[in-house]
Amino acid sequence: MSDLQSKRTPWLLSGPALLSYALLLVVPMLMTLVLSFRSFEPMLGVQDEFVVSNYIEVFTDPYFHEIFLRTFVMSALTAFFCVLIGVPEAYILNRMRAPWKGIFLLMTLGPLLISVVVRTLGWAVIFGREGVISETIQFLGLSDGPVSLMYTQTGVLIALVHVLVPFMVLSVWASLQRLDPETERAAISLGASQFTVMRRIVLPQITPGILSGSVIVFALAATAFATPAMIGGRRLKVVATTAYDEFLHSLNWPLGASLAVVLLILNIVIITGYNRFFERKYSQVFES
Amino acid sequence: MMRNSPLALIFHALFSIFMVAPLVVVCLVAFTDKGYLSMPFDGASFRWFKEILERPEFIEAFWFSLELGVVSATLALALAIPAALAIGRWSFPGRGAINAFLLSPLMIPHLVLGVAFLRFFSELNINGTYLGLVLAHGLMIMPYALRLVLASTSGIDPTLEHAAQSLGASNWTTFKRITLPLLLPGIASGWVLAFITSFDELTMSVFLASPSTTTLPVRMYLHIEETIDPLVASVSAMLILMTLILMALLDKFFGLERLMVGKGH
Repeated sequence: MSDLQSKRTPWLLSGPALLSYALLLVVPMLMTLVLSFRSFEPMLGVQDEFVVSNYIEVFTDPYFHEIFLRTFVMSALTAFFCVLIGVPEAYILNRMRAPWKGIFLLMTLGPLLISVVVRTLGWAVIFGREGVISETIQFLGLSDGPVSLMYTQTGVLIALVHVLVPFMVLSVWASLQRLDPETERAAISLGASQFTVMRRIVLPQITPGILSGSVIVFALAATAFATPAMIGGRRLKVVATTAYDEFLHSLNWPLGASLAVVLLILNIVIITGYNRFFERKYSQVFES
Repeated sequence: MMRNSPLALIFHALFSIFMVAPLVVVCLVAFTDKGYLSMPFDGASFRWFKEILERPEFIEAFWFSLELGVVSATLALALAIPAALAIGRWSFPGRGAINAFLLSPLMIPHLVLGVAFLRFFSELNINGTYLGLVLAHGLMIMPYALRLVLASTSGIDPTLEHAAQSLGASNWTTFKRITLPLLLPGIASGWVLAFITSFDELTMSVFLASPSTTTLPVRMYLHIEETIDPLVASVSAMLILMTLILMALLDKFFGLERLMVGKGH
């Protein structure tokens, strides 16, 4: 192979992918950005003039403040509970023996292969007025009438934690694979208690995994559509379900597009900001 | 051998119940003989499974999703394999940027992809068409395919290719007889992950689907928006059963753990 040819080869090989991305990713995203600066007349539809009113509306209307705040709080709580239950579960899984380890790892990660519609439907059935939770609470005499977690923050939160906790387990699991079990044994033989081993040996080494797991969970929760739409409904709107309604029900595409643009920018800022901050802080761990 | 304490095992049991509870409940409810959602303990039947056969919209949506997944996963792989070879086997200026660019759809919420494609396709007058859905799904699943193929390129020993060429094989023969077989596990698992991701996708497709191009998750979502009845539970139970069979097959052929690692972001 000549030099020129070998220089061109990688570009020729990645060319088809790059071209299709230019057409199918860059162009539609730019068109969405342009759309978000268009005005909208209820009778006439999208108008060809440049306005910033959609962004002004998104940033100043208390209705949107509430929606953004709700989305943020719900995602932060989802990430918190995923850390709370996903980290110990990954640690326990890692200490299991051969057949069980594989079986329970599959059971935890398997739901990722099932559509989120199906997983959320399960919670909708459990949360309903005739659902398991309602029946149990009435049976225990804690409430006289049926109880429903549908259309509540708690309901959405439980379902989101269930949908996203596999990502936390996966992320912590990956960092546990790099942990040398000898370090734990050394600490114990030197007289450290189980708690000290956890705190001083295990936790510092899996912190990068916990952090990357929580940023993944946070980002996915903040942009989730199916779960908040099915459990929260119109009563508990989040950014994603609001943009959906603007597009497909109100038909106010420019406003929906500006919501989508704001969501995208916040998502990218949070992911890259978080990664950059912690990569610097934990650079020694990442290098090893 | 380190052992889990009894407390840890109790936690693990509760966690496991939490993970399977919604799936088990959906499967149980599907067997009710009542006309509304209820547990089948005071009367079980296959009534709602038979009902699926009376509802062509679910069956059509299933076949549509299946075909869409196969076509878009194949398209994504056709673009991902050469790109993965370029990124994995050559070092050239701009390589890191290309890699980041090709993986970038992972950072874009599906809602935003849905909005962007809706705008783009309606300008081109192909909104709600089969072509539109194939292109959108192909782009969305491409990073998953790329990542798994890329991971398998790093395992190839370049001396094998040099050996083939020094024995007189052409570039194409070397690729076909040496490189491609070595990449095959990555290609196969990349295809499967891309297919599953396409088959399960709701958020982007809900913007792009039309009555003649409705995927199964979209059909189920639109049904649930109106009413949650045992019919969607029985459709879900069928999907859970199919996923279990698929998982058993995948685990036998490539090891499911590897596939799952590709699913993480």
